[in-house]
Formats: sequence, structure tokens, C-alpha cells
Amino acid sequence: MASIKFAVDGKAVTVNADPNMPLLYALRNDLKMTNPHFGCGLAQCGACTVHLDGEAVRSCVMPVSAAAGKKVTTLQGLGTPEKPHPLQAAYVEEQVPQCGYCINGWIMTAAAYLKKNPKANDAQLRDALAGLKCRCGTHVSILRAIKRAQTQMA
Amino acid sequence: MNAPLSRREFLKASGALIVTAAGPAFFGEAFAQASGGTKPALVPGELDSWVAIAPDGRVTAFFGKMDMGQSLDIAIAQIVADELDVAVDKVDVVMGDTALTCNQGGASGSTGIFTGGRPLRNASAEARRLLVQAASQKLGVPAEQLRVDDGVVSAVSDPAKKTSYADLIGGRYFNHPVEWNKQTGNPMDIKVQAKVKSPSEYRVVGKSFTRRDLPGKVYRTDKYVTDISLPNMLHARVIRPTRAACTVAGVDEGSIKKVRGARVVRDKNFVAVLAPGEWDAVRASRMLKVDWNHAKSAPFPEMAGLHDHIRKAPVVKREEGMKKGNLDAAFKTASRVVEAEYEWPFQSHASMGPACAVADVRADGVTVWSGSQKPHFVQLGVARLLDLPPEKVHVIWVTGPGSYGRNDAGDAALDAAMLSKIAGRPVRVQGMRNDGIAWDPKGPACVHRARAALDASGKVVGYEFVSKGFSRINIQTNESDPSHSLVGMSTGFPPKPNEGFGTPAETYGFDNKLLAWETIPPLLDSCSPLRTAHLRDPVGPEIHFGSEQFIDELAFAANEDPVAFRLKYVTAARDAAVIKAAAEKAGWQPRSGVRDRSGDVLSGRGIAYALRGGTIVAAVAEIEVERKTGRIRAKKFTVAHDCGLIINPEGLRYTIEGNVVHGLSRTLFEEVRFDRDKVTSVDWMTYPILDIKDAPETIDVVLVNHPEIAPTGAGEPTIRVIPAAVANAFFDATGVRMRKAPLTPERVKAALARV
Repeated sequence: MASIKFAVDGKAVTVNADPNMPLLYALRNDLKMTNPHFGCGLAQCGACTVHLDGEAVRSCVMPVSAAAGKKVTTLQGLGTPEKPHPLQAAYVEEQVPQCGYCINGWIMTAAAYLKKNPKANDAQLRDALAGLKCRCGTHVSILRAIKRAQTQMA
Repeated sequence: MNAPLSRREFLKASGALIVTAAGPAFFGEAFAQASGGTKPALVPGELDSWVAIAPDGRVTAFFGKMDMGQSLDIAIAQIVADELDVAVDKVDVVMGDTALTCNQGGASGSTGIFTGGRPLRNASAEARRLLVQAASQKLGVPAEQLRVDDGVVSAVSDPAKKTSYADLIGGRYFNHPVEWNKQTGNPMDIKVQAKVKSPSEYRVVGKSFTRRDLPGKVYRTDKYVTDISLPNMLHARVIRPTRAACTVAGVDEGSIKKVRGARVVRDKNFVAVLAPGEWDAVRASRMLKVDWNHAKSAPFPEMAGLHDHIRKAPVVKREEGMKKGNLDAAFKTASRVVEAEYEWPFQSHASMGPACAVADVRADGVTVWSGSQKPHFVQLGVARLLDLPPEKVHVIWVTGPGSYGRNDAGDAALDAAMLSKIAGRPVRVQGMRNDGIAWDPKGPACVHRARAALDASGKVVGYEFVSKGFSRINIQTNESDPSHSLVGMSTGFPPKPNEGFGTPAETYGFDNKLLAWETIPPLLDSCSPLRTAHLRDPVGPEIHFGSEQFIDELAFAANEDPVAFRLKYVTAARDAAVIKAAAEKAGWQPRSGVRDRSGDVLSGRGIAYALRGGTIVAAVAEIEVERKTGRIRAKKFTVAHDCGLIINPEGLRYTIEGNVVHGLSRTLFEEVRFDRDKVTSVDWMTYPILDIKDAPETIDVVLVNHPEIAPTGAGEPTIRVIPAAVANAFFDATGVRMRKAPLTPERVKAALARV
């Protein structure tokens, strides 16, 4: 057990946990956050994606100790209905999610990527998002929403 | 019905004789007396079971199905709003709670609007009729001289004379019987005295309204079933055997003693670990040592021999969906016979997340939170598993980690109930990735044998298409019987296999025609990781991968264009219109001459068409095939879709898009791998699905609207035409037929190397 301090969505937190426990369980269980999701526990799908100091990481395999002293941002922290991130607004406008369980992966990965590559084209976006899973088959509308968000962010 | 029945006659007809309120009909005072503050029992024969008006005039519709993300919530709200003459945003739709909704079958068979919308439409029309009659008494204006605008009832001639739904009944109940058709599940419907509106009167049906579940999902303010947490709750992981056909010889409880608060639960061959912390439950599940008794003989064939196993297996049940004319004579006199066989693998639901459920079993009743598509059947299954009356079990559907059929959600719900009963505390169970891919019920593997006789002119004079495979309902479509759950079978409920498959759904008018199916025994009777059940559009992609490729093969044998060939033989005008709409939108041109196939990247297009539950769909696929890598790139799909009256065009469009991509994934990538005694597809590396790199560049959708035809389904029809459209495009591109799915890069390279 260890006491690990970091920030989540702007708030300082302390978690007393097995340092090898994945960050996902600290967020969901210790900190009672309802996002991100468990999808595979293997870093193969993206449902658990958060930002760690601005980089998209898979919280299901990252030990909570790796978050010590860092800033974690979840989808809830990325934007709110009152102050949405352009990707979230575009997701609503394009009616992207169906079951919606996958969207932490897509939005958090795209948000981190667009910060560095705001003008990415279709092929670059597909490369950047490779490996993320969506089982409802919303991929085409995901790309539409990201492109819509790009115009808002430009 | 020509003349309206008196209320007493109506009650007799509906069998609802226990209602004591008398009087000729619901007018004024009678209505005020009949309506009241007590909600009648939740039965389909009560209007209050379907619709309620709150004191502020907001309307609640009680929907016994669910919106799994394909815009049913808003579509039902539109239907209700139109019949009641209220604004769409004043209608809330309550879904999938067994204490609040009737058993309309849950999410099932693309019937959300098709059959699910009917009783809501009827109930809303009846509610409007009663409210307008009550207003007529109150205002002293004949009902036919009243109009309703957003819940306000006013005199046409004098708008100052008005009242409102809120004033008339807000917060109280109709206590009004309606005539239930005595059906449960998808066909449940009610008959009412009110006449529903004609399509020309619709104001909001047919228009696009944005879904209302989006902000909750995108800002993560809504809860998923995975987010349900109760005081004193334990986390559980169920331990599935390392190999199929295992029984438990012993469990070493000491193997998890180092994990805080972890304990083992065992009932016969059902083993699980429980812990207060979820990570501890996960750790315990990995550390627990179970001694398994392995079966003497391996239950499964070699994977490479799966389809030969199917060919040779005994037939358990055969059904001929269509048989007409004299096939023997047709084949004897044929100038040419075309034959082909097509193979489809086992496929997994592989839902986005492994299923999750939370159960709280108490002495006075059970509550289960489930992502299952069939909460009312979960209620029955849990009641039977725990030997309780169903009314002691309350199931609340909460959006889960994806569901397109009988996936692992039903097992999770029953697992949670069993574990909560044993633990005496609320239990949350979620699978690991392995549980959602290796252990979910599978879509059935199958072989399709096709044969056709052509005469000298190229006319098809005999046609035979026979599917042989594992039953689509070896495990039932719902979890109402523990025999159809892993926990049930593990604890002694005997397997109860059911037999069912299907035949191609088309209207080709061949004179002599046989469409049939045959099922074979399951590979393993109990607790099989390859047990088969409903997966999105059950046996639709499987069958039409064969049948719509075979039609293409016949077109080429007859030297005809595949679109023209289909148009020549379909016998329904709507079918022809849909095929034409897809072809025209895609700019389909008949090919002439020999194609140049010398390049590294070959392009082609193919069409497929099918029916499903009254809906007609045709898709044109345009693809590129990379010779060197074997990769198929989907450039564009053009889909024409006719499901009768369209409720919400945008919602329909997105639902069709999802079908295309899910269908493309199943066509190109999805195949459950297994060895002699276990499923070896355990994660996304060993059960690859479509990646965004492989997603189509464009999906063009042509919505064919028929307001005069009652709406049919859209959640599944499109997926069934995608595999053949792609395979036909592959043939157009390469000249090679791909008769085995999925069309993986390895298989493509091997096929191209052979020519």
C-alpha cells in the first residue's frame, strides 16, 4: 500500500492503494468516478483513456503510482455541457455515440492528438486513432465529428 | 369496428370485468370519477400502463423495449407526441424497468418501432380521445369542435374557451381499460376506441429530432450499468474453466488468502471470487487455484475442419421455408447447372465492454441492474434461478457496454443474482475481456449449399439453397430460463437446446425453388463457450453472404448484369424500387468487355439485396483490393432502405451506417478461433474487428419513404446485405469468388495466388 497524490480534473487527490493497481481502478473505485470505462484491461480498446499531463494514456494498464504528482484529465474534466470541448460539442451535433461505451477512447485520444496536429487530414486522423475500438460501427460519424471539431478549433 | 362499443361491451370484449366504474363512456364527471390518484396494476390492459400526464402537463410514455443507442427514445417520443398533440420535448420515455413497463420483449429483432411503437401509438390516441371528451364536457363544446395544441384543448371557434391536459388529469390516472391482445413480448399490442392519426396528419413523425441520450453519454453525466454502486457492495469475478467441458474437482481457497477481504464462492461447478475492492476481486480471480476435471475427449473439432464437421454432422431438424414446383425435373432438363458452397464462421458479440450486472438479493425481494436487452426476461430467469415468484424480482435496465443480441449480459445478470444470494450482500459482477469474447454465446457457424438450373437461354428454371449449421437458438434469445445461462448449467439446470435457423429473404420468382435449413447438434451440450444464440440479425449475414453471392454467380453464368439480373427476377415492386434506388445513387453501369486486372490495386463494385421483417434493403459496395497485402479497402457503400413510414430520418441514417460498419467488420475480420478444447479468441488481438483504418470512406444512404405503409425495422436489415455486397465487389475487382468468410488479408492473398 502506498499513498499516492495527483490531480484529477483540477482537483488534488490522494489515493491509498497498491501502487501496482491500474489507475483505472483508483479513478472508478477509490475516487468514485463513473468514467472512464473498463473495456479490456489490456490497452487494446481505449475505453479507459485519460490524459496524463496532456498525453492520452490507457488507465487500465498504467499503475496508479505512475500518476504521482501528475495531472489526470478524464472525459468529464475535458468539458461540460456548459463549457464543452469542441470534440464533445461535435459528438452531440453529429449524434455519434450509439451505446457510447467507447467514447472516452476516441475523444480523449483525438483531443490530445488535435492539440499537436490541429490540421490533420483524414489519413492522419485514422492513423492517430488506430487501435481504438467501437462496436456499434460509428467510425464514419466519429471522423465527421472530429472534422467538424477541427473547424471549430481552427 | 364500425360503431364504437359501449363501455360495458368494451369491458366484456377486453375481459377487464373487474373494473367497477359504470356509465356509458368517459364524459365529464364520469371521467373525473374514473380517473384518480391510484395507479392500477401494471398490466397491458390498462391505459395507465402506457402513458401518464404529470401535473405540469409533461407526458411519460412507458416503453417495454429499450433504446440501445439507435434513437428509439426520440422516435417513440415523436409517435406519442403526434397522437397526443403535444410537443416532442414534453414527452419522456421510460424504458426497460420491470416495475414501470410491460414486457414488450425488450430490444429484439429490430421491432422497437415496428411492433414496439404500436401500443404506444394506440395508447396515446386513446388518451387524447378521453381527454378531448373530458374537455368537451368541461367547456360545453362538442368534441369535434375542439382542437389540441401542445396539450391545450380549445374551441376551434373561440380559442379563449380552453383547458389543458394538465388541468384535466395531470398527476392522476386514467383507470381506463384497453383491449390487450394477450400477447407478451414483441407482438404485444392493445386495441382502443380511438382512431389513430393518418400519416397526413403527422406533424413530427417523419422529421429529424436529435437524440436525447447524447449529452449524458458525451459529458459522462449518465450512468451505465457498470457505474451502479450500492452501499456494502462486493465486487465479483466469475471463474470460467480453462478448458470447455470441465468440472470442478476442488478449489484452493488458500491461494487467495493474501488478497484483502477476498473470498471464494462455489456452488457445484460455478466458482467466483468476491472482494470489497474491484481490483482485489480481479487479483483474486487471477490467483485462485482451481483443480478442474478435464473431459476425457476433446469436445471440439480442429478449427480448420469446422465446416467439414458441419457437412458431415447429423441433421437434428430440417425445415423447408419455401418449396415450389418440381426441382428434380428442372435439374434433369437443365442445359447448365451452377453449384456453390459458402462457409461462415462462429462470431462473437465481443461487446465493447464485458457485461456487468449488480444484484441486491434481500429477504423481501431482489433488485437487479442489468444491461441485458431483455430485462423482463431477466426477471423471470432470476426468479427461477433463486426459486422466487417473479413479482419478487425487480429488474432495472441501465445502458450497458453495448449489446447486439444475446451477448454475455444475460449471464452477468444471473451470475450477480446468484452471488448476491450466497453473499447476502449486494454484488457487482463484471467480466474480464476474455468473458466477453471467449464465453459469450456465439453466432452460429454454417455451410450453405446452393444449386441452380439454367435453360439454354440462361433463364433460371430451378433454384435450391440449403443452409446447414448450428442452431441460432441453442441458447434461447433471452435469459428467462436458467438452463440458458452459464450459472444455471453450472449448478445443475439441464441444457434445453432449441432448433432454429433461417432461409434467404427475397422475392426471386424462380418457377422451381427450394429454400431450406438444417441444424446440427451443438459441439458440447452444457456450458459450451461455442454455444450459439442470437447475434445482430441472427443468421442474416450468414445466409445472405451465400445466397446473394450465388445470385451474382447466376447473373454471371447467364451473362447478365447483376443489377439487371436481380430486377428481372424479383417479384415485388418495392424490392425492385429499392434495388434501382441503390444502383442509381451509386451510378451503377453495366460492365462490358474484359476488365484489366493487372495492377497492384484492383477496384470493383458489387450489389446485394434482401428483406427483413418487411424492410427492404439493397447495398452497393465499392472496394479496392491490394494484391500485395490482401487488404480490402471499402471506398464507398450506397444503401437504399425502405422500412415503410420513416419516423426519424437522421436517426435512421445513423442506424444504417452502424449496420454497414458492423457488417463490414464481420465480413472482413471476425472469426472465433478455437482449438480442440477451448476458444482461443480471448481479446482484441485474437478476435480482431474492424479498425478505423478500414472504415469506409463514404456511406451514402437513400431513404425510401412510404408514409402509407406501417413502419418496420431498421436495427438489423442492412447488416445482412453487406457481406455479399463486399464479396460480389471482390469478384468484380479480381475475378475470384470468396466463398468463405471472413475475407481476411491472408485468405485474400491465398485466393489471389491461386489464379
